[in-house]
Amino acid sequence: MKELPDGWRLSYVGDCVIAAECEQEINPELNNRVLAVARSIRNRARPGIRDVVESYCGVTVYFDPLKVDMASIIFDLRLEIVRCCEVQNCSSDGRLIRVPVCYGGIYGPDLQDVADFAECTKAEVIERHTAVIYRVYMLGFLPGFAYMGSVAPSIAVSRRQTPRLSVPVGSVGIAGRQTGVYPLTGPGGWQLVGRTPVVIVDLGPPMAFVFHPGDKVQFEAVNSEVFDDLSTAV
Amino acid sequence: MSVFVRRPGLFTTVQDTGRWGYQRFGMPVAGAMDVFSYRLGNCLVGNKPPLASLEITLTGPELDFLEGCVCAITGADFEVHVDGVEIALNRRFAVRSGQHMWFGRLRSGARAYLAISGGFDVPLVLGSRSTHVASGIGGVDGRALRADDLLKIGRIRGNVLPRVKSTIPRVKLPKGGSKVRVLAGPDSEIFDSVSAKGFVQSRYRITGESDRMGYRLTGDPIPPSDTENVISTAVPVGSVQVPLDGLPIVLMVDHQTTGGYPRIATVISADLPVLGQLQVSDWIEFEVCERSEAIEGLVAQERALMAVGD
Repeated sequence: MKELPDGWRLSYVGDCVIAAECEQEINPELNNRVLAVARSIRNRARPGIRDVVESYCGVTVYFDPLKVDMASIIFDLRLEIVRCCEVQNCSSDGRLIRVPVCYGGIYGPDLQDVADFAECTKAEVIERHTAVIYRVYMLGFLPGFAYMGSVAPSIAVSRRQTPRLSVPVGSVGIAGRQTGVYPLTGPGGWQLVGRTPVVIVDLGPPMAFVFHPGDKVQFEAVNSEVFDDLSTAV
Repeated sequence: MSVFVRRPGLFTTVQDTGRWGYQRFGMPVAGAMDVFSYRLGNCLVGNKPPLASLEITLTGPELDFLEGCVCAITGADFEVHVDGVEIALNRRFAVRSGQHMWFGRLRSGARAYLAISGGFDVPLVLGSRSTHVASGIGGVDGRALRADDLLKIGRIRGNVLPRVKSTIPRVKLPKGGSKVRVLAGPDSEIFDSVSAKGFVQSRYRITGESDRMGYRLTGDPIPPSDTENVISTAVPVGSVQVPLDGLPIVLMVDHQTTGGYPRIATVISADLPVLGQLQVSDWIEFEVCERSEAIEGLVAQERALMAVGD
């Protein structure tokens, strides 16, 4: 059995979960490897595997210990990690998704605060937020909530001191170097700069998620009329 | 042909074994909190594989049966009457069309399961009928039952009712609290020896801010030593997370799929059912065990369930 490549380690989480983790940093190259390992494990479809979940720097495998031997999952993980690290450029099969956003006003009540933090105008905040093609590193927090990065350091404002009890669906927020879209109305502490009319989680049936791990996302500023038109078109 | 909800009870939801396979989209698994009792009920009524049941929390419902069916009630020890006659729990019984089921006093435990031959027929969402209230999906319109709801019963296709043995296995219902076995880690190294010792020597209590997402505990704080932010990763049910205030949170079935707090330990699968039977202000003591003991516990539960169907 080959040794795990540098920086990778396996960790056991309780009796039915194994996590393979690489260096603890947020980096598209490492995340590509993580996605590739997760994809391979999923494609192997070993009976007894309940779920394979990718995150920033790790792949977490949920299994039924009465149906599959832990050693065989470890074997698969080691094999796939070695294989993915041998490939020079581990490509991502993510799609580019354009997300229209109406910034400021009632849609982005924290836009001024972000501008104050960045010591620039609101227009400049919008410019900097739309200039970057973000990467979906992982989903979590709420169904369909994508953690995207990386936000320009100048507008990387930290979470609000007190989270809001109700953030409207479609709100676009910033938390440090992460940005994301609230897929449902609910509590949340991110700084809200705008809102999108795009339905992030289609309750279906069939239920569908707009963002997948590895996707690229670019926000596009639209005015409130376009927002309203797109909202009614949905 | 269905069951009419006259009174819903405190928090009654449709649950099955959960919505597996979609955590990568941030979709929580949900499912029965005491999966052993859930499965036992289904074994008793001949549902193989197990089908959606009602999870009944602390205060039970009142139901009118508009068709006859075979039921079993497992898990928490409730006083249950059908047309005024008390029925035995952990047994199969027949209910005739027009009969009325009433849940009274809760004697011990927290959650009972009403299994029905054919299962409760609510739409499948991503492969499961489990209700996840926070995202508003599964079960009856993604919410707990309300008065006047009408629950359809699934069509039974050749269900064979097992000959049930006289000794029925059941979850040992906690009286005021329970010891819970854990495997250490995965973030043990972030806790110094004082915190590690405190974790296994303290008696914690479940606070009022506890629900199907997780139990927030109060007791001796066991703060992580490294306050550096951990990068969020996928976390399973049973994870014992410790934020900076040092008060542990045990993740339960509706938990968010990812988390960033250090995890001192993970409750073993075999002890999740008993955890699901605890109430607010009950105590918990953690006991570290070996992986082999965790697996033996699961095997024993599996054997017990298989024996029911003989």
